[in-house]
Amino acid sequence: MKKQTIDTRPAGPKPWYDPRVRSLFFQAIAIALVFWGGWVLVDNTLSNMESRGISTGFGFLNETAGFGIIMNLVPYDATMSYGRTFWVGLTNTLLVSAMGVVAATILGFIIGVARLSSNWLVAKMALVYIEVIRNIPLLLQIFFWYFAVLSNLPSPRQSVDVGGALFLNNRGLYLPEPMTQEGFGIVWGGILLAIAAVVGIRIWAKKRQLATGQIFPTFKVGVAILVLVPIVSYLVAGRPIEWDLPALRGFNFGGGITIIPELAALWIALSLYTASFIAEIVRSGILSVSKGQTEASKALGLPNGLTLRLVVIPQAMRVIIPPLTSQYLNLVKNSSLATAIGYPDLVAVFMGTTLNQTGQAVEVVAITMAVYLTISLLISLFMNIYNRAVAIKER
Amino acid sequence: MTESTMKAPKKALRPVKWMRENLFSGWFNTVLTLGVAYMLVTSVGPLLNWFFLDANFVGADASDCTGAGACWLFISQRLNFFIYGFYPDELQWRVDAMFLLLAVSFVPQFIERFPGRKWLGLFGIFGLPVVGYFLIPGGAFGLEEVQSSKWGGLMLTLILAYIGIVASLPIGILLALGRRSEMPIIRGICVVFIEVWRAVPLITVLFMASVMLPLFLPEGVNFEKLARALIGITLWQSAYMAEVIRGGLQAIPRGQYEAADALGLGYWRKMGLVILPQALKMVIPGIVNTFISLFKDTTLVLIIGLFDILGTVQSTVTDPAWQNVAIEGYVFVAFCFWVFCFGISRYSQNLERKLDTGHKT
Repeated sequence: MKKQTIDTRPAGPKPWYDPRVRSLFFQAIAIALVFWGGWVLVDNTLSNMESRGISTGFGFLNETAGFGIIMNLVPYDATMSYGRTFWVGLTNTLLVSAMGVVAATILGFIIGVARLSSNWLVAKMALVYIEVIRNIPLLLQIFFWYFAVLSNLPSPRQSVDVGGALFLNNRGLYLPEPMTQEGFGIVWGGILLAIAAVVGIRIWAKKRQLATGQIFPTFKVGVAILVLVPIVSYLVAGRPIEWDLPALRGFNFGGGITIIPELAALWIALSLYTASFIAEIVRSGILSVSKGQTEASKALGLPNGLTLRLVVIPQAMRVIIPPLTSQYLNLVKNSSLATAIGYPDLVAVFMGTTLNQTGQAVEVVAITMAVYLTISLLISLFMNIYNRAVAIKER
Repeated sequence: MTESTMKAPKKALRPVKWMRENLFSGWFNTVLTLGVAYMLVTSVGPLLNWFFLDANFVGADASDCTGAGACWLFISQRLNFFIYGFYPDELQWRVDAMFLLLAVSFVPQFIERFPGRKWLGLFGIFGLPVVGYFLIPGGAFGLEEVQSSKWGGLMLTLILAYIGIVASLPIGILLALGRRSEMPIIRGICVVFIEVWRAVPLITVLFMASVMLPLFLPEGVNFEKLARALIGITLWQSAYMAEVIRGGLQAIPRGQYEAADALGLGYWRKMGLVILPQALKMVIPGIVNTFISLFKDTTLVLIIGLFDILGTVQSTVTDPAWQNVAIEGYVFVAFCFWVFCFGISRYSQNLERKLDTGHKT
C-alpha cells in the first residue's frame, strides 16, 4: 500500500494577514506619505518664493549687513557680512548659556542642599524660593529684571561707584579690563607648570596610597601650588598686567569691560529660574541614596566629610545627571528669550534682524534650527559620556 | 544608683525643645538661623509696606496714586483689558460663560467624591473645545463675529494653553506608539520628528510658524496669526507629550502585551483596550506637568505680536499716563500664573500619591 503523506501544517496566512507583508506595506505607505508631503511643501515654497520675488540659496550670507549690534565677542561692525552676524549671535548665545549653566548649577546645588537642611528656617526658605520661582514664567522674570529692576538704576552721571574701578548704572556694569603686557608669557608658563605639578602629585599620591596606605593631603597642597606658582611668576615677570579703568566720558562710560543690562537681566533670570529646577533634582538625588549607605560608611569609621564625598555624592550623581542634562538643554533653549529684551543672541540677531532685512526665511530658520539641534546633541553627548563614567559598573 | 533606676531626663518645654533641635543645634546652624532671620525681618517690613500699607487701592486715574507704595489702582483700572484684550465689552458674557464652564469642569477634580466629576472632566476635554469653537469667535447661531485679532489677555493665554494640550494629546499618543513600533521606518520617522522638535526652542518654532508657514501653503490658503501660533505650539508640544506617554508605555509589564496577543487582539484593539488605558492613567501626573510648562511658555507669543496676559500688561506699563507701574504689572501677572501653576502642580502631586499603588519596583 502506498504510504500517504498528509500535510498537516495549516496553509500559510493569506498575504494580507501576514504580519511581515503588512509591516512592509505600511512602511511603504509611510515613506510615500513623507516624500509626498515633503514634495508638496518644497513645491509650494518654491512657487510662493518665486511669486514674491525671493531668491533662494545662501548667497545672502556674503552681502553687507549694514546694521550695528550692541555687543560682540568676535570683531564686528556694520560693514561686515550677514554671515558675520551669525557668528556674533552664536557667540553671544553661547556666552549667556555658559554663564547661566555655571551659575544655575552652583545656586541649584546650594538651594537643593538647603532644602534638606536640618535647620527648619533654612529648609523652609529654600522651599519658598523653589515654589515661587518655578511657577512663574521665565519671560516674565526676564522682563522684571530688565524693565523693573535694571532700568531703575541711576543714570551714568549718578553711577554707583565702587573704589573708582567698578561702576554700576542703567547702561550696564563697568569693570576694569586687564591688559596683558610684554612678558606675560612667563605667567602663562607658571600656570601650566602648576597644573602639570598638581596632576603629577595626584598620580604619585594615589600610587603611594595604594602601595602603603598613607594618605597625602593632595587637595591642600594642590590649591597651594595653583595659587602660589602663578603669583610668584607674575611678580618675577615684573607685574605684566595693566588695568584699563572705565571712566566717564561725556554722557557715557568708556574703557574697561562693559556688561550690558540685557546680558545681566537674561543671565540673572535664567540662572535663578533654572536653579529652582536643579535644586529639586539635587534634593531627589540625595534622598535617593539609602540611609544604609551613610550608616555603613560611618561604621567603617569615615568622618562626615569623607562620607559625603566618597559615598553619598557619587551615588546621588547617578540619579542627578540625566535630569540635570535636560535642564542644561532647557537653559540653552530658553536663552533664546533674549530677543524679547534685545540682547543680541542668535535668534534676535540672525532670525530677527537678518531675516527681516534679507527675507530669506527658509534658509535663516533652517540654519538657526540646525544650530540649536547641534548644541542639544553635543550637550547630550557630553553628559552621556560623563554619565557613563559615573554609572554603576556592573561586573 | 544603677543605670536602670536613673530618673528620666528633665523635659524641656515643647517649643523650646523644638527650637533647640531645629534652629539652634550647633554653632553653624545658629549663625545660619540668625542670618536668615535678620534678612527676613529687614526685608518683610518694607515689602509689606509697599504691598499693602502704603499702597493705593481706590481712585480713578494715575493722579490718585499718591502713596509711596504700590499703585494697585493701575491693575483695577486696566483689569478688563488684562482679562479680555480687545474683546468687545457687550460680548464679554461669552468669554465669562467659557470661564464658568471651565471652572465647572475642572474645579470638582480637586474635590474627592464630587458626584459625576469624571463626566465633568470628560466634558472639559471633549465638549468644552466644541462649545468654545462656536461661542468665542461667534459667527454662527446668530452670534456676532469677533475677529481673533481682538482676543487677548488672560482669555488668550488660557485658549493657547488649552488647545495646545488638547490637540497635542492625540498626536502625542500616535507618535509615542510609532516610536515603540516594530517597523523600523515608522519608528525612524517618529524619532526624528520628536527629537527635532524637542531640540529647538519654542521661540524659533513660533517664528517659523509666523514667517515660514505662509510659504509652505499653496497660494490662497492663509491662516490668521493666532492659528499659525497654535499650529506651531501644538506640533512642538506633541513631541513632549509623546515622550511622556512613551514613559507610560514602557512602564507596562510585558505580560500585558503578551496577554493581549494571546487573546488574539489585533494591534489597535490591544493598544486601545489593554495598553493605553493603563499607560495613560499612569502618566496623568506627567501630562499635568507638561501642561504647566506649556502654560508658562504661552507667554512667548507676545514676541510674535499676540496679546496674551503678559503682552497686555507689557503694552500698558509703558503708558506715559501711569508712571513707573512696571513692578505692579509684573507682580499681577506673576500672581495669576503662580496661582494656576501652583494649584495644578499640587493637584498633580496629590494624584501621583493616589495613583501610586506601590507596584513600582
